[in-house]
Amino acid sequence: MIKVSPKIKRILVPIISIIAGFLVGAIIMLIWNYNPIQAYSSMFASALGNMNGIGETIREASPLIFTAIGFAIASKAGFFNIGLPGQAQAGWLTSIWIVLAYPNMPKIILLPLAIIVGTIAGALVAGVAGYLRAQFGTNEVITTIMLNYIVLYTCQYLMQQVMSPNLRIDTDTTKNISSNGSLKINWLTNMFGGSRINAGIFLALVAIIIYWFLMKKTTMGFEIKSVGANPFASRYAGMSSKKNIILSMLLSGSFAGLGGVVQGLGTYQNYFTQTTSLDIGWDGLSVALLGGSTTIGILLAAILFSILKIGGLGMQTIAGIPYEIVSIVIAAIIFFVAISYVIGLLFKTKDKKNNYQQPQRKERGPNNGIDGSNIEVGKKGQI
Amino acid sequence: MNIVTTLALIVSSTFVYSAPLILTALGGVYSENSGIVNIGLEGIMTMGAFSSIVFNLTFASTFGKATPWIGALVGGICGLTFSLLHAVATINFHANHVISGTVLNLMAPPLGVFLIKAIYDKGQTENITQNFGYFTIPGLANIPIIGPIFFKNTSAPAWCAILISILLWWVLYKTRFGLRLRSCGENPQAADTMGIHVYAMRYAGILISGFMGGLGGAVFAEAISGNFSVSTIVGQGFMALAAVIFGKWNPLGAMWASLFFGFAQSLSIIGNQLPLISKIPSVYMQIAPYVITVVVLVLFFGKSVAPAADGVNYIKSK
Repeated sequence: MIKVSPKIKRILVPIISIIAGFLVGAIIMLIWNYNPIQAYSSMFASALGNMNGIGETIREASPLIFTAIGFAIASKAGFFNIGLPGQAQAGWLTSIWIVLAYPNMPKIILLPLAIIVGTIAGALVAGVAGYLRAQFGTNEVITTIMLNYIVLYTCQYLMQQVMSPNLRIDTDTTKNISSNGSLKINWLTNMFGGSRINAGIFLALVAIIIYWFLMKKTTMGFEIKSVGANPFASRYAGMSSKKNIILSMLLSGSFAGLGGVVQGLGTYQNYFTQTTSLDIGWDGLSVALLGGSTTIGILLAAILFSILKIGGLGMQTIAGIPYEIVSIVIAAIIFFVAISYVIGLLFKTKDKKNNYQQPQRKERGPNNGIDGSNIEVGKKGQI
Repeated sequence: MNIVTTLALIVSSTFVYSAPLILTALGGVYSENSGIVNIGLEGIMTMGAFSSIVFNLTFASTFGKATPWIGALVGGICGLTFSLLHAVATINFHANHVISGTVLNLMAPPLGVFLIKAIYDKGQTENITQNFGYFTIPGLANIPIIGPIFFKNTSAPAWCAILISILLWWVLYKTRFGLRLRSCGENPQAADTMGIHVYAMRYAGILISGFMGGLGGAVFAEAISGNFSVSTIVGQGFMALAAVIFGKWNPLGAMWASLFFGFAQSLSIIGNQLPLISKIPSVYMQIAPYVITVVVLVLFFGKSVAPAADGVNYIKSK
């Protein structure tokens, strides 16, 4: 048992989870006669070894940062937003649709418009779950899961039946968006060897700062956190839990929607029919869990998972190891984060509180200390 | 098409699509009644589908017509093994049930595809040669009208699933084991005080759900998809979870809910063969199970129907 301070323990637990996750991947590869050292080295080499790889890694990280922030905000308020994939998908389709519908609008209007509409779409999807939770107490885990599939099939329908054929190549793919609505920046693409890196990363960095400011410096963030920490105490302090539930879900959904927007306007430049719920949703959830919903944690975890995902492609071509090992490693890491209680047992925290002797209260006032816990009732006749 | 053949078509395809849902939802009912939320049903089904397909492809020549049935059992055992992860994490290691269940869902598809690539060197298996197919129940099929609709060329796994759900209802509500299992989901402290081993009961709940989920996945793979790829199980597990809720955490309720969802799903697929239905966009049938679940949750609010301690970790005090 190693003695560490609680702060270091908070950092050590995710690091140990990452190492353990990589080990699980290595063991699985060893069982099937693949060379794990070759796998991991080719993975890191192809993700970070050249400018194109670095560009792709950064590109991959940008939507994950958004979806992770989305998950983090909801979890600060005490909710599990499992609906990130659906919210991101709604943002992706609507933003692409807007750009396709008005291809000739000036960039300065079109791009913000598309981003805002995509954000609102994501917020609305999550808002449904938030409203039901606030108004009827419906479990948000179930509603957001159900909404994922409602959005998935609705998007299929909108894409195949409602969207004008002029905007599509075929029933499953839209045309590419005009440069007026694109997040692509030519000098950035050229700098990173023709990778698909785009302005999304700048938006993501801004989002991280907004998230930090919102949670640490504003009343809104404080209320969201306190409702999550103790809904009863917050109500007693005059905060509306209903308002904060809906607000946190709307915020959460808008960040998830932005993730989809960046994926659409930045990475793919079009929309194509999805058959399963979006990866960036689940990966964002993993990022937030590994990063412990902190700003630095989300940034680092998003970069790590992007290295894995982009490097995995290289690993598949160079070392001939199936790409799926990457997702297995990510899932294993989250498994170890989930059982952090056990990892925490390895360390003994130096508890400073033990040195501090709490003054003993003799007896409380008549109504259990509600009106001032420090009032001591002394012996008879003293008062 | 006359009415009897139309109905027979609807009923048989409803049965085919319901069977995996019924089996998996029954597992969900047991897990949730023991107090463990299991949103990992999707992942468990994936593992069941994977293992049964591999078994089927390998042993089809050895076992002949019995292959899909043995394959389903193999799928069940594989699902049970996979669900151990969830059991250990939530019961012994105090993990959050939703996160742990999500890990199952994240883990299963890549693991299945990785193993398929490692074994067959491609991302998708061949189609199996021995599938469940259609089955005519001798005797009952000769009853006029009802016979052709329900018992002729029908899905054998579906009838098995219906019988299993009656059996599991009896176990959950009429036996000592069932009562103990439910007490662990309602009030683990009280159950522990009465000398019930809460951890063992919760293990039983999850392992049953793992077995049933694996069975469900195997039936889906061997009756509907016919092969295994990353997109074999897409949303089936979540639909089963929806059936658990729509069925109010009761085995028979889950069965009826699954039949209804299977009906909606089959309409979205065979709908264009039927008059009237073909005019409705299939999207309404596709999203119906999910929308209905949300509506049901909203309507049932206030009548606490979920087990009281569902999703709450029980940490035994020393």
